[in-house]
Amino acid sequence: MKRHARAQALLKAPPPSLQRQGQRVVLAGDWSLFALRPRLLWTRAQLRLQGRGAEEWDLTGVSRLDAFGALLVLRCWAGREPATLVIDERQRAAFERIRASAAAVLPTVRRDWLLPVRWLGQTLCSAGSHVRDFADMLGMVVLEAMRFAIEPRSIPFKEFSAALYKAGMQALPISALVGFLIGVVLSYLSALQLRNFGAEALIINILGIGIIRELGPVLVSILVAGRSGSAITAQLGVMRVTEEIDALSAMGVSRYQRLVWPKVLALAIAMPLLVAWTSAAALAGGMVCADVLLDIEWAYFASALPNVVPIQNLYIGLAKGGAFGVTIALIACHFGLRVKPNTESLSANTTASVVTAITAVILLDAIFAMLTRGIGVPLR
Amino acid sequence: MSLPANPVIRLQGIHTRYGQHWVHQDLQLDVQRGDLLALVGGSGAGKTTLLRQMIGLQKPDSGIVELFGEALMAGSRAERFARRRRAGVLFQQGALFSALSVFDNIAFPLREFGGLLEDEIRALVLSRLDMVELKPQHAVLMPAQLSGGMVKRVALARALALEPELLLLDEPTAGLDPERSGRFVDLIRSLHDGLGLTVVFVTHDLDTLSALANRVAVLAEHRILALGSLDEVHAVDHPFINKFFRYRQTVDEAGEPGL
Ligand SMILES: Nc1ncnc2c1ncn2[C@@H]1O[C@H](COP(=O)(O)OP(=O)(O)OP(=O)(O)O)[C@@H](O)[C@H]1O
Ligand SMILES: [Mg+2]
Repeated sequence: MKRHARAQALLKAPPPSLQRQGQRVVLAGDWSLFALRPRLLWTRAQLRLQGRGAEEWDLTGVSRLDAFGALLVLRCWAGREPATLVIDERQRAAFERIRASAAAVLPTVRRDWLLPVRWLGQTLCSAGSHVRDFADMLGMVVLEAMRFAIEPRSIPFKEFSAALYKAGMQALPISALVGFLIGVVLSYLSALQLRNFGAEALIINILGIGIIRELGPVLVSILVAGRSGSAITAQLGVMRVTEEIDALSAMGVSRYQRLVWPKVLALAIAMPLLVAWTSAAALAGGMVCADVLLDIEWAYFASALPNVVPIQNLYIGLAKGGAFGVTIALIACHFGLRVKPNTESLSANTTASVVTAITAVILLDAIFAMLTRGIGVPLR
Repeated sequence: MSLPANPVIRLQGIHTRYGQHWVHQDLQLDVQRGDLLALVGGSGAGKTTLLRQMIGLQKPDSGIVELFGEALMAGSRAERFARRRRAGVLFQQGALFSALSVFDNIAFPLREFGGLLEDEIRALVLSRLDMVELKPQHAVLMPAQLSGGMVKRVALARALALEPELLLLDEPTAGLDPERSGRFVDLIRSLHDGLGLTVVFVTHDLDTLSALANRVAVLAEHRILALGSLDEVHAVDHPFINKFFRYRQTVDEAGEPGL
């Protein structure tokens, strides 16, 4: 077969070479990218030194010339074709393939002096679009909730239970571990100070109020924002990249009903439970440490706790958990739905989602602290 | 007909399965240097899987895969990667890097290859764009801004970037209009003539098949059912082949006005 024979011949082609004979330049061998690559510097130098001003080019010895080989030769000519050029049809085709492109220029972007102004405007607009999108989503979530009341059939129970399992159930071990260790550390540091003042019994107040009211909710929020928030954003983002969200819309299914709602509700329910669980673990850690360092028996600790920590603190902690959970879910969904169909945007939005969620939680926590400053803190 | 001894790709005794589902059973296939081999078969027959195995993206459960006369996993890391670089691949879904512009997607293999100057890369990229009939202004677009057929063409331009000696194309003309797929066939033919490429392509399009292939391999019943020139494959009497190749003829015969 002719084709196979030629392919075999090409395989055994000698490496590229170049010779100057008076006004004549003779090229030979395999002038393809893969063959040229090992001697690229040499070939470039040869072309520059020997090819300059030659009037006659002979390429009959060239067994293979690809676009790159042709490009090298073209660049050596610098736009001025030699007077005599001996090439065959195949090589002419290779030159034709590259000739137009060698001179063509990319459409360049003009220098834009208004760039800083534009940047400012874009930043403001994007901040505005965040607010608008978020309000949009919030409104849709509320509307969907109202629709659920009229039409219970459309409540996405399956998605909700899956989200609850992933965000709540699977977070139990890690949150217990983190809570316990924080409890131990906190108890240890406080115990060292309290011993100096002989106020060992106060450790129960400190740990009780600190963990139940403040540390538990915030700690869990940060964990959940990192765990579930990023997962939600990434999931929605990938669905955006692969056009699954468009497919949902095309089937007449609301993305807020199917994707946003279950996650918001799941976190709203899972978070208070996780807060209770993590606070309990942290208190357990504190008890263990207090038992060891301060000789406060855990049984005494447990029985004294309800007396020194008013029950309102627990309510505040759980309420905060629920509020933080909703915030995290909404922010994660917001950023997930804003992902543009490329991987760069996916990673940027996932990062933004986690950072924004944690910041928002801490801001909210400050607001909570102001609003509840008179509740549940025994002032003697 | 005596074929040269050292095939570009050699598949021997390939067995592949997903769970309980067999895709290939004792499959043999040699691709010779200079072949324009069409791989045809029903949807889900395992063509994509086979292409992926040829360049080691996936390992068969058992069997031997040789690329350029060497076992796929032979040699040092550098050698293995160098071997892969000699093959250009067009994935069925395009697989463009979504974070890079069209220009950077095509320039990527050239930059990785090393040693090329930036304006040489620019000229090469533009010539590849020209080959697949895209305009220079398309170079600045992102993959998400392309139409389905354009994605295919950019992916093809990327596969051709290095003008590699082996091209693996998964449904190269799916999503192209008939005129473009005709010109695509011309392009591959002229590259094949000029550079002695070996091309393996999967297609469901009988026009592309008959215009481009010099050998046809039919993948059905977990193995290569028939291998040879189009006429030789036509002559094989097997229900699948009869259906696949004769379907069009019957349509053409029946396809008078009114249908
Ligand atoms: N990762 C995977 N896990 C399980 N099964 C798979 C996987 N990839 C492919 N399959 C199965 O292997 C079979 C062959 O798939 P393959 O993609 O190779 O088909 P194909 O011949 O390319 O089909 P098409 O012409 O539709 O592209 C199919 O039945 C598919 O369901
Ligand atoms: Mg396929």
